[in-house]
Amino acid sequence: MIILDTIARAELLKDAIAAFPDECCGFLFGREDANGFRAVSDILVVNNAKEGDKRRRFAIAPLDYLKAEQYAEDNQLQLLGVYHSHPNHPAIPSEHDRVAAQPWFSYVIVSVLEGKPDALRSWRLNNEDQFEEENVGVVASNINHEFNHQS
Amino acid sequence: MATVIIPTPLRKFTNNTAKLDVKAENIQQTVNELTLNFPDLKKHLLDEQGQIRSFVNIFVGNDDIRDLQQERTEVRTDTVISIIPAIAGGYA
Repeated sequence: MIILDTIARAELLKDAIAAFPDECCGFLFGREDANGFRAVSDILVVNNAKEGDKRRRFAIAPLDYLKAEQYAEDNQLQLLGVYHSHPNHPAIPSEHDRVAAQPWFSYVIVSVLEGKPDALRSWRLNNEDQFEEENVGVVASNINHEFNHQS
Repeated sequence: MATVIIPTPLRKFTNNTAKLDVKAENIQQTVNELTLNFPDLKKHLLDEQGQIRSFVNIFVGNDDIRDLQQERTEVRTDTVISIIPAIAGGYA
């Protein structure tokens, strides 16, 4: 399961709307606990560096990837994955998404229909290099993201 | 020894180690040492012909080895080598 902080989720949706009809992209940061539950606390918006049709493809420049790893290290977070949008298409990974996907990373996809955000779903590769959907939750910002937290 | 920074998604194959020291004089030796010590890394770094995958970028400092001497790019003891997965996709 992956939990998105409300502010991080809002920033992600804002990026997806602003980029429409192009695809947006960026990184997800947070922590994974011992049970594999992931809590995203920060996102980093990244320029879609795809040369060509950005309405159906995205790419992240290698130096932006390096910056993301550095951001995680500097902020004692884990780089948990990548997000991108599917303008006027469902939040389901394409074969192109699958072939380019990295192990372990969460791939959050948000569908944007005529400029308005629709479904937001998250996917991870399994050991057979096929995508499996992971549940997505949202929590209010500034909440302790420990999953066994009780206030 | 040169330092190799392993990208987060591949750390599951390096016992969750983010930085590794290698005794290598060039990138080819670096890759050889990594795949020898961590065999599960091999399929993520090399294709069936043993060449560095097109989806994998290797940087020496801030420079892509494709702009240097490819696998023959020299490595010194103070060199920082980054393995950078190509991040891409899209609905079609």
